[in-house]
Amino acid sequence: MSSQTYKPGSYPNLPPPPGTVGVYGWIKNNLFSSISNSLLTIISAILLYYLIDGIIGWFFLDAVFDADSKIECRKIDSGACWAVITRRVGQFVYGFYPEVERWRIDVSFLTMFVAFAPLLYPDIPKRKWLLWFSAIYPVFAFILINGGFFGLAKIEYSLFGGFMLTVILGVSGIVCSLPLGIVLALGRQSKLTVVRTLSVCFIEFMRGVPLITLLFVASSMLNYFMPPGTNFSILVRVIIMFTFFSAAYIAEVIRGGIQAIPKGQYEAADALGMTYWQKTRFITLPQALKISIPGIMNTFIGLYKDTTLVVVIGLLDPLGIGRAALADTKWNGLSTETYLFVALFFFVSCFAMSRYSLWLENKLNTDHK
Amino acid sequence: MNFLNTIWRNEKSREIIVQIFVLFCIGWILSWLIANVDANFKALGKDISFEFLFIPAGYDINQYLIDYNNRDSHLRAGIVGLLNTGLVAVFGIILATVLGVFLGIIRLSKNWLASKLAYWYIEFSRNVPILLHILLWHGIIINTLPHPKKALNLGDLTFLSNRGFYIPKPLTENGIELVYLFLVIAIIFAVLFFKYARRKQDLTGVQYPVFWINLSVIILLPTIAFFISGMPISLEIPALRGFNFRGGMHMSPELAALTFALGIYTAAFIAEIVRAGIMAVDKGQREAAESIGLKPSKVMNLVILPQARRVIIPPLTSQYLNLTKNSSLAIAIGYMDLVATLGGISLNQTGREMETMVIVMLIYLSVSLSISAFMNWYNNKAKLVGR
Repeated sequence: MSSQTYKPGSYPNLPPPPGTVGVYGWIKNNLFSSISNSLLTIISAILLYYLIDGIIGWFFLDAVFDADSKIECRKIDSGACWAVITRRVGQFVYGFYPEVERWRIDVSFLTMFVAFAPLLYPDIPKRKWLLWFSAIYPVFAFILINGGFFGLAKIEYSLFGGFMLTVILGVSGIVCSLPLGIVLALGRQSKLTVVRTLSVCFIEFMRGVPLITLLFVASSMLNYFMPPGTNFSILVRVIIMFTFFSAAYIAEVIRGGIQAIPKGQYEAADALGMTYWQKTRFITLPQALKISIPGIMNTFIGLYKDTTLVVVIGLLDPLGIGRAALADTKWNGLSTETYLFVALFFFVSCFAMSRYSLWLENKLNTDHK
Repeated sequence: MNFLNTIWRNEKSREIIVQIFVLFCIGWILSWLIANVDANFKALGKDISFEFLFIPAGYDINQYLIDYNNRDSHLRAGIVGLLNTGLVAVFGIILATVLGVFLGIIRLSKNWLASKLAYWYIEFSRNVPILLHILLWHGIIINTLPHPKKALNLGDLTFLSNRGFYIPKPLTENGIELVYLFLVIAIIFAVLFFKYARRKQDLTGVQYPVFWINLSVIILLPTIAFFISGMPISLEIPALRGFNFRGGMHMSPELAALTFALGIYTAAFIAEIVRAGIMAVDKGQREAAESIGLKPSKVMNLVILPQARRVIIPPLTSQYLNLTKNSSLAIAIGYMDLVATLGGISLNQTGREMETMVIVMLIYLSVSLSISAFMNWYNNKAKLVGR
């Protein structure tokens, strides 16, 4: 390179020095900016290479997708034996729901997106009409899935299972726990001592015990608290417990949001002569809920993941189906394949939820950046 | 009517009316529930009593920290379970903290590749339910590790097999007291020196290499004592006898799986907490520290970390609490923790759902509440003092 000198006071329009822009510059800055950085890059690259190599080989290249048993799988190839999944994919999705009735699940699952769309995307066209559908959707889905009306055969709860059960538990828990959480959060911030104490006790109790003990209570004890002879389904009992549990966490998140609202907002509302309910409806909640969206979404994701715990009290969610499959001597020992498959399902749905939450957070962020 | 209207219009009296009404409703619901329980128990011929705690449990627990056999009482079985919960929680917390802090720092590194790797690790690990983590690790240990006869041999000291991990066990002999004594002295010295150096730095700005001096004192003093007293520590190395290993320390597959799963799952959350904490420190702080010529390590230790700590500790404690509560999922793989002993087998054997669940819940509740109390205390202590 030739060195060139410029007169003092002249500012010629020169290109940036080589090695600071473009692909080369990016690589240099982000991967090899110092000796330790280069070392880290090399270690990461080696790790990545082995990871990808192993994953592709085991998952796809050496994998067996159809066979009659584990032994047969191993005879064909050395990789994963996905036959344990492919042979039971219907069970993994629908549990033991009768095969001829499975269209009912498909329909309610697909219409669920229509029902949720106006709630999740405020800008959707014809939102008002769709909201009516969202309002009747719970009844609609219940009739369709449960049956017993309009000539639809009644399906026993004990046949519910697989991913369908996860979605039913997760969605009903999420839908019921948000209103309860809001009520608890308001109760905790209330001026009324009795209301506040009760809310605090409920929230602290629910947050203090592991969910699994609550599920044990639901499965073995809840009937004691009902009038003798009542027998309501384990599914409903579990949904009640999930609702209580996650409502307590949501209440704490929303309380954080309420406390973050500047005091001036309340003073202004008081100055306008608003009643408590007007203040709550128009001042507190709109702002508090907006701030707490990330926390609420995290709680929802946690609730959705926690639905797997029902396997411990004997419901057949995907994990239960997987364990049943593994108990079969033909598939004994294929736990890695089974659990990874279920893990992938959860990863995809939870990751989508967290991405949605990020999107919403950015959309509602009205701060000046 | 006018009188009632006046009462309702008055804020104070309205509040009292509402509270009495709420109390009345709650009391009514509670008495209804209790009456139901009473009626149900009468119908079943049951009563509420805690005497079952003192009758022999009659079941075995494969892992215990205090002596236990199946003739011991349910109470002792419960204590063994509680200690097992504590054991796995401590192991899990150590693993989660080390891995989580490491990942959090890598995630912030300028290295694009390393940061992305850490990012995907975090996303994968925290978006998969903890129960799946536990079952997956348990399955991997049980199904893919070899039998004890062909156990993976790490330097003839540690053996990994599908019956668990076998690690050398330190045996202490006469004269070990001297080593302990020197260790205590070294730790006391380290604490005092740390305080002295901190005060000196606050007053004069002179800095000592505190970390290196303390580290060498803590290592050197006990080592000297070790040789003076004639090497009173020896290692009992596990050895294959027949079908299984004898000697050494044994970590059951369940404990190992639970530790890995809890550690790896919680590490993802801790990594995000550490990252958020460090990012929460104002950029100007780092720039100011760099502009007065502090070395990068000094910038981190003296400027960034003390401020990040305030943001990191509260959520970190609640992650530890979550980890402890999540350890109750041990029941899915048959690790005998509190829920599996008292809330599991004892419940099934005695049929006392109400009593066992109340005890289990109260224990978890008191642990959570005391940790929350600690957190509040710390928050108050670490709060920025407004001037």
